[in-house]
Amino acid sequence: MSENFRSLETKFLDKTNRISFKYNGKKYYGYKGDTLASALLSNGVHLIGRSFKYHRPRGIMTCGSEEPNAIVQIGGNSSFTEPNVRATEQEIYEGLEASSQNCWPSVEFDVGGINNFISPIIPAGFYYKTFMWPKKLWYSLYEPAIRMSAGLGKSPTQTDPELYDHNHLHCDVLVVGGGISGVIAASISSDNGNNTVLIDDKSSLGGTTIFQDDENFKINDEKSSVWLNNKIKELENKKNLIIKHRTSLAAYHNYNYLLARENLADHKSLNERSNKLRQRLWKIRAKKVILATGAIERPLIFNNNDRPGIMLANSVKKYIDYFGVRCGNKNIIFTNNDSAYETAISLNKKGINVTIVDIRNSSSSMLVKNAKNAGIKIYWNHTIVDTKGYRRIKSIQIMEISEDGTNVIGDKINLVCDNLSVSGGWTPMVHLFTQSGGKLKFRDSDQVFLPNTAMSDQISIGSCNGDFELDDIIKNTISDCKNFLSSSTTDFDLVKVNCPKQKESKNIWLLPNDKPLGKTKPFLDFQNDSTAKDVKLAMREGFRSIEHVKRYTTTGMGTDQGKLANMHALGIISETAGVKMGSLGTTTFRPPYTPLTFGTIVGRNVGAFFDITRKTPMHDWHENNKAKFENVGQWKRAWYYPKDNESMHQAVQRESKAARDSAGILDASTLGKIDIKGTDASEFLNRVYTNAWSKLGIGKCRYGLMLNEDGMVYDDGVTTRLDDNHYLMTTTTGGAANVLSKLEDYLQTEWPELDVWLTSVTDQYATASVCGPNSKNILKKLFPDVEFNDENFPHMSYKNAEMDGINCRIMRISFTGEHSYEINIESKYGKSLWEKCMEAGKKYNITPYGTETMHLLRAEKGFIIVGQDTDGTMTPIDLQMDWIVSKKKYDFIGKRSLYRSDTMREDRKQLVGLLTDNPKEVLEEGAQIVQDEKKQPIEMLGHVTSSYFSPNLNKSIALAVVRNGKKLKGQKLYVPMKDKTINVTVSDFIFFDSKNERLNA
Amino acid sequence: MFIITCPFCGERDQSEFSAGGEAHIVRPKQPTELSDDEWADFLFMRKNIKGVQFERWNHAHGCRKWFNVIRDTSNDKIHAVYKMGEKPPQK
Ligand SMILES: [Zn+2]
Repeated sequence: MSENFRSLETKFLDKTNRISFKYNGKKYYGYKGDTLASALLSNGVHLIGRSFKYHRPRGIMTCGSEEPNAIVQIGGNSSFTEPNVRATEQEIYEGLEASSQNCWPSVEFDVGGINNFISPIIPAGFYYKTFMWPKKLWYSLYEPAIRMSAGLGKSPTQTDPELYDHNHLHCDVLVVGGGISGVIAASISSDNGNNTVLIDDKSSLGGTTIFQDDENFKINDEKSSVWLNNKIKELENKKNLIIKHRTSLAAYHNYNYLLARENLADHKSLNERSNKLRQRLWKIRAKKVILATGAIERPLIFNNNDRPGIMLANSVKKYIDYFGVRCGNKNIIFTNNDSAYETAISLNKKGINVTIVDIRNSSSSMLVKNAKNAGIKIYWNHTIVDTKGYRRIKSIQIMEISEDGTNVIGDKINLVCDNLSVSGGWTPMVHLFTQSGGKLKFRDSDQVFLPNTAMSDQISIGSCNGDFELDDIIKNTISDCKNFLSSSTTDFDLVKVNCPKQKESKNIWLLPNDKPLGKTKPFLDFQNDSTAKDVKLAMREGFRSIEHVKRYTTTGMGTDQGKLANMHALGIISETAGVKMGSLGTTTFRPPYTPLTFGTIVGRNVGAFFDITRKTPMHDWHENNKAKFENVGQWKRAWYYPKDNESMHQAVQRESKAARDSAGILDASTLGKIDIKGTDASEFLNRVYTNAWSKLGIGKCRYGLMLNEDGMVYDDGVTTRLDDNHYLMTTTTGGAANVLSKLEDYLQTEWPELDVWLTSVTDQYATASVCGPNSKNILKKLFPDVEFNDENFPHMSYKNAEMDGINCRIMRISFTGEHSYEINIESKYGKSLWEKCMEAGKKYNITPYGTETMHLLRAEKGFIIVGQDTDGTMTPIDLQMDWIVSKKKYDFIGKRSLYRSDTMREDRKQLVGLLTDNPKEVLEEGAQIVQDEKKQPIEMLGHVTSSYFSPNLNKSIALAVVRNGKKLKGQKLYVPMKDKTINVTVSDFIFFDSKNERLNA
Repeated sequence: MFIITCPFCGERDQSEFSAGGEAHIVRPKQPTELSDDEWADFLFMRKNIKGVQFERWNHAHGCRKWFNVIRDTSNDKIHAVYKMGEKPPQK
């Protein structure tokens, strides 16, 4: 492999910049500007991988994003490695390491190659048919075996060290694709005063025209590539044009919202990258979009059309004319149209041996004449029936095609070659157009799908719109852009074009062969190894829809999304089924157009930036005092405060005891707070809560329960009447945002006549809740001017007070059953309030407690937590809270639903208490409850919703929802666990101080 | 990702809004007078049209106002936006 295949110098490479890189551990050289594929080809390396199913040797086939075979793993170490990179797109850099992906143990010797010989038993649907049964073998045998030999690349095992970014971009006109039509469009658009962005996935603009070497393609009497090069230079001076190189469009959504991935570092050596962005995801909103995404060449479908050395003709042309690399020394061109003659002439001009096999009878174009005049041998009306060569093509056999095109006749001719360039015509890249909701039409003359009706303000131009010849491309691009951008004249109006090609092509989706189909291997999808006979088999088995055939045969399901395979699959289906191809439709093209890395998708939203973290003003204090935190929505709440080496259980037991024996303090700042003002505020509360509010005195607090319109409990909390027309509502921590938007909804849509104004003040106030028998003593010390006796400041009332001249609101309310106060202060004083409480409470061993202790204390009292003891299917009646549902009020949200036949059923699940027979045994929350363990199938009555060991009662307690629970009080039920069954008795759910004596203690 | 023209703020990205289901379903003024079936009809029954649909939207990350939108669910084309309490524009 020491032969140098670099035939000539080209201006596209920097010959002064020689680069070394490693491929499969071996060192090679290339030049700055090479892709990994062109550099390998210049070293004579064609074989690059093994196919997915049969492990057949495969080589580089194309020069772009449609590449099905040359898929490599980039990067040597475990954090920088990336699988599924197309060698045809990866630019080489000093120190690049790449390796073949789909071959174990090596690309040269591959045990999976055995599949090739047993391929008759791996037909379409093989995976579905074989690995379905027996099921137990799936995990132990099938999946590991498939994964091992499939070799879909390795994912990185360490955190990605590189940076990714997201950016927004707004423009008047977005041009996608920097080929000749994209360059003309960008020029017209910016000249016309539009803020224009041109994106192109390559390192430089110009598409395929930029390396057009043939003098017969002329624009304004210049060689087309020279003319285009000048136009590209002019673009650099346009003021309102931004050009983004190495940027590929990933998705095109409706309303001209597009996502593009800009590659900033993948072409640079690791040293040059240091701490810079690797990729940027552009979120583009464009007023108008011009798609100039081009077309990709079609392969031809014949027996053994997958050997290394078989490539697409235009790619071979790019390798010689752009990269200066010849793909072989003895070339054969196999075509059904004129465009491959450009490749033949190019090769011939560089003195490379070339022969043409054309399935057409003739072509009278100037291009073909030129080929004949150059002395190139052409076999008209011939097709390839077989190819030879295992690791590299060695020869082909051709035969004449019968008159009706369905058979071959005459003698086989054997032709020796080391490269076969194939052209089956062109497929317009309509992926992005259809992603945006556009509908396609079918053009019979050359069997292509073309953009028809677009859903947003956009046009398709150039070859993605079905113009494949230079004269059509330029003429239509100019007139379409003028119409689309409403410009009357452009610099291009007088352009003259010479194009020596003829449009006629002959299309045979599956070429005829002398052998029966079953004895041949005409590959359709090279990456997924599906053949024409797989598609025919699927159809014999009854599959008709293209979407079904695709999934059954896995055609078009690789990382290339079937860019090469889909049209032929469609063609063969329509031929076999005898229907018109246009009537079949296509498979759905889904984003991303080319694969995106996870890094690009998440951008900066990693680690601490993954989600917003809300912290209370006292958070630092909790942290300094070794609190463990729990996430409640986006809030970080202090969970418990372990002392020394305490376990969670020990800490919670200590905290719970302290709160009832002397004093405890809880950070309640996360509770939702809604400020309600307006002359109809009382009436509003009447409508949204189940109980009555009109008679609540100023300075009083009341607990309220809020339902959904379906009668189910939605939220709860204490609301305080601050003034005549002014209330402060509290909500659950998790429900705050939803409650506010629900209330806004009713105010704006159902009751716009009410004079009520809602403001969220959750973040504006910090709340410290001090509870326990000594809470009053602590408050007295903090607020010496306030009278704390029960007549002046009874339970469920509030007072304004000052702490060091700062206004506070003190509510005497309780969620623990203890005598307790909630002190609200402006957020910025929250930490200082907390510290003053701790200082004042020192004498009483004031103990900070977290959410876990709060839950335990309220469970002792049988207070529910909405969302824990309820789940959106519990009415207040189910919760045995009939006392809070007003019978007098005419209406409130959810009232009518409480009288539906279903909500009135007596055997609904209801809230009850559970006591374990063994008082030390604590139930698991979520455990199922049954009455009769023996009954089959076992009948679930309900489940445990809250469960704790109560240090104050010295026994285990639990809340549960149980079917018909109210009537089961005193009965024995069972909680079956994995290793035992726990016996329980249904009890009252208020376990502690059922007479509420401690509230006033 | 479509664009909605909030009647109070103007053109904004869809991500600023939240959808609120079918529009023009009025909460009955006297729910207690309704039969179970009539109440269930108000409570549960919603259209889910492929095509032009009347919807409620809320500018949740903006002015927080609710308003009505006429949208074609098959292609997200918005035909009209109008305030709460207003009648849909006639076409
Ligand atoms: Zn708004």
